[in-house]
Amino acid sequence: MSEAVRLEDASVELGRRVVWEHVSLAVERGELVAVLGSNGAGKSTFLHVVLGLLPLRGGTARVLGRRPGEANAWIGYLPQRRHFDGSVRIRGVDLVRLGLDGARWGVPLPGRGSEARARVREVIDLVGASAYAERPIGALSGGEQQRLLIAQALVRRPRLLLLDEPLDSLDLTNQASVAALVQRICREEGVAVLLVAHDANPILGYLDRVVYFAGGTAVAGTPGEVITGETLSRLYSAPIEVLRTGDGRVVVVGVPEAPFVHGRRHDD
Amino acid sequence: MTTDAAVFQGLSWNLASDVRQLFAFHFMVNALVAGTAVAVLAGSIGWFMVLRRQTFAGHTLAVIAFPGAAGATLAGLPLLLGYFGACVAGAIALAGVAAGRGGGHSRESAATGTVQAVGLGLGFLFVQLYHGLLNGLQALLFGTFLGITDVQARTLVAVTAVTLVVLALAARPLFFASVDADVARAAGVPVRALSLGFLLLLGLSVAATSQITGALLVFALLVTPAATAHRLTSRPVAGLALSVVLGLAVTWLGLALAYFSIYPVGFWVTSLAFGAYVLVRLPRR
Repeated sequence: MSEAVRLEDASVELGRRVVWEHVSLAVERGELVAVLGSNGAGKSTFLHVVLGLLPLRGGTARVLGRRPGEANAWIGYLPQRRHFDGSVRIRGVDLVRLGLDGARWGVPLPGRGSEARARVREVIDLVGASAYAERPIGALSGGEQQRLLIAQALVRRPRLLLLDEPLDSLDLTNQASVAALVQRICREEGVAVLLVAHDANPILGYLDRVVYFAGGTAVAGTPGEVITGETLSRLYSAPIEVLRTGDGRVVVVGVPEAPFVHGRRHDD
Repeated sequence: MTTDAAVFQGLSWNLASDVRQLFAFHFMVNALVAGTAVAVLAGSIGWFMVLRRQTFAGHTLAVIAFPGAAGATLAGLPLLLGYFGACVAGAIALAGVAAGRGGGHSRESAATGTVQAVGLGLGFLFVQLYHGLLNGLQALLFGTFLGITDVQARTLVAVTAVTLVVLALAARPLFFASVDADVARAAGVPVRALSLGFLLLLGLSVAATSQITGALLVFALLVTPAATAHRLTSRPVAGLALSVVLGLAVTWLGLALAYFSIYPVGFWVTSLAFGAYVLVRLPRR
């Protein structure tokens, strides 16, 4: 099984409202895939389906060759979130450690600690967060927090990484460095990455494929195939223009809440 | 305490003989045993409560403990039953409110605030109806260390032991769910069940603590040591231990000071806990 995620004619509803339907897509192992779309188009919902937190209304879904929810031990998940504020006095290392054995019941056995600590160190090194991992997470900047949260998602050596708006509320420099970090992890560790993004531009250069949610459904393909006026006009059933600037950035014109304009987070 | 042969001697300023005097009376031994159990319980549960930002829920449960105890006295039921019954019922109700609202934080706190007011009102009514309890009102609200029975002391020790075992077994998933609920849920942690379970433990702890500090001063043991520990360290194990140690220190000192002075134990315990909190919050030069 080389496929990380496969959806066939999938549909999902939230509170009797169909969020999206007729969605078919496949994500290969080791691919970096952006999940794009307007506010409320169902991007986070898609991740919830992959995690098995939300059942499909119709169609089929396979995740790492199993039914959704059965493969969660091999999935690293970073939910869309508010940032930890200054009053959260939990150290970064403790947060990363939770990703490793936080779900385990019982009193920790004394012998196993050193191995776990070594793995936590290793993954914190991988994301370049060693300098501040011992400090309370609430005292760190947004970019530093995001690196530690990515480390938490990576600590169990997942085969699939789900990142919900990891670049949200980061400044441009941090967006670029976190995007580069995600691509490096994707290539070096062979992890498939589904990255939900509001603004596609910071990650455009790193992407293998794009899943674009709009108009109650989704289209998947390479960025060149999907991010075109023709495809997006069909998705939105409205005339859409895609403009490319000289430095390779993309601007989508005609969408009320365009995902290429830096804006607010979507609400679900 | 007619069976006690010991005689109150007052403070002799001789540490050994003063400590010996503390243990000479049976009621003081009961108070120290019960106080120790409650301090350990409140220190550890309180640490999680502050971490989970559920101090308001804790306060609500404490306010519910008052009509529970007053109602039990009025109905001629055991006081223990009143405390534990009211707090466990309150915990289940709070969990229901939280589950029904699904994230509407301000409405949830408005609903719990309303319950608090009714609880206090009911408690006052029960006390008025039970005419013989004029001094009892003060004890129920502000605590007493006199007249803690053997049954009470043994019950508090048992509740503490059971709670600590449950807490030790569930510590990591509970910590995970408290810090990072979304990720914990995805990792297979039963976040909802833990949330209900924690509220039940919190209810038990509040009911236990109320019996020493009174319903209104529960926070001296439940919040202040835990909040102080959270200020001092962000390491989970060290923080829990520190919270328990602070609770013990405050309780033992408070009981001793109350014994040798004319001031009530509730005053001493709250003042000592508050003093420690102020010390760690002072800006460091």
